[in-house]
Amino acid sequence: MTEHTIHMPCTEEQIRELKIGDTVILEDWLYGIRDATQIHMFDKGRETKFDLAGHAVIHTAPNVKKVPPSNFCPAGYESVCIGTTTSMRMERFTRPLMEKNGVRMVIGKGGLGEDSRAAFKDLGGVYLAIIGGTAALETTWIERITDVDLEDLNPECLWEFRIKHFGPLLVAMDAHGGSLYDGVKKTAADRRAEALAAMGVTAEGASS
Amino acid sequence: MKLDMEAVEEAAKHLYIQALKILPPDIKEGFKRLDATETDPTAKSILATMIQNIEVAEDTTNLLCQDTGIPIYNLEIGSGIDFDGYKLKEAIRKGCERATTEHPLRSSVVHPITRVNEQTSCGIRVPVINIDFTDKDEVFEMEMIPKGSGSENGSYLKMCIPAEGVAGIKSFVVDKVIECGGRVCPPTIVGVGVGGTSDLCTKLAKKAGARALGSTCPDPEGAKLEKELSAAVNMLGIGPQGLGGDSTAFAVHVETAATHITMNPVAVNIMCHSARRARASFTPKGVEIGF
Repeated sequence: MTEHTIHMPCTEEQIRELKIGDTVILEDWLYGIRDATQIHMFDKGRETKFDLAGHAVIHTAPNVKKVPPSNFCPAGYESVCIGTTTSMRMERFTRPLMEKNGVRMVIGKGGLGEDSRAAFKDLGGVYLAIIGGTAALETTWIERITDVDLEDLNPECLWEFRIKHFGPLLVAMDAHGGSLYDGVKKTAADRRAEALAAMGVTAEGASS
Repeated sequence: MKLDMEAVEEAAKHLYIQALKILPPDIKEGFKRLDATETDPTAKSILATMIQNIEVAEDTTNLLCQDTGIPIYNLEIGSGIDFDGYKLKEAIRKGCERATTEHPLRSSVVHPITRVNEQTSCGIRVPVINIDFTDKDEVFEMEMIPKGSGSENGSYLKMCIPAEGVAGIKSFVVDKVIECGGRVCPPTIVGVGVGGTSDLCTKLAKKAGARALGSTCPDPEGAKLEKELSAAVNMLGIGPQGLGGDSTAFAVHVETAATHITMNPVAVNIMCHSARRARASFTPKGVEIGF
């Protein structure tokens, strides 16, 4: 249970040091990515102008306000509310994001599946769990939106954020095949019969 | 009482924004209750962060969650209300659109096939507007629910058969809560519809999930079932965010409807911990905004 602070972008060595149960605070850069972003990148062949090698992506589609471009908001977008969406829908994009774009960290809520677990292990990546539905707090960790790509997909563009003390995030899946979700899944499966029995439901399905 | 459509439009706009920023008192109380009983340290720290987020949202007048959801307006029209139904729906749509463009809010609504986002939170048959009639004299009530997709994707229907009995209903609910794990942003309110037709059953599950914490099913059989299910799902150890703990659900809520002799339908619709709703009551005295 170590606490880490990582300035982005990071290296494979830094990633391999992280273990499930550790916490991480990210500094400097973060990229926002979503269902449509990845459908367009990996199913429709669109390229991004960003170099994502060694970077973290967060499963998000922010609330933004269009403003005249300035030094503070060079892309013409001001952040209103930035939070995190359910990761599992984007499971099949983890490996291509890592292989093709060099992404090292995926931040989201609810966890990812077996394909992602294998990709993290093979290529050196981690899944960092954020607490879903706490976007007001998360927004305070984001300084500003510095750039945007695939803008026609708004709000599901590829967003570039400047961040400060982003976290703590929980290492929920590591580069060694570990996943915090395994234990919970097993507990729930083990307790299922007990929960049903408490309501008078037996294995045969009879209800008292 | 004649409904003032400008006031309806303003309320439709205001309620959407208010619902996204301030949680109802019963949900805040629900968090306190879970926080007091949770025994797992990780779960306790997650609950503390969620409670902190509610405070940050209010202090910074920001949205609780970035998911502006699918906008749903539930209308209850009492007796003696004079209104033009078409204009009423148009006023709500306009209010919903204005909340999105004027605040501004993220439009989370797209065409189901082209996936084109009109950036208005509106589209074909959206906002969802449900209309019901009550015997209340000169009261028009409008409830707004921005339904987040993480939990709405935790929606299920099973046309059980009579031979599966209540056991079939109970197993289905428990299995779906396990299947959803952390994806639906627990602690949740698990809405369960029992009976009716397939569409009514699903609708009842949604109604149950959106009910205030502390309320009970008006059907005593449904009330008994929701009590049993509430205890059962919290034995599973899924916990806040699916990372383990006692607090899997604030409660299971059940709504019932009569069904066919050959049918035994059950539906599940989950409400995430950001269980947002807002309400406007129109009476001859004026408009009152609450939850």
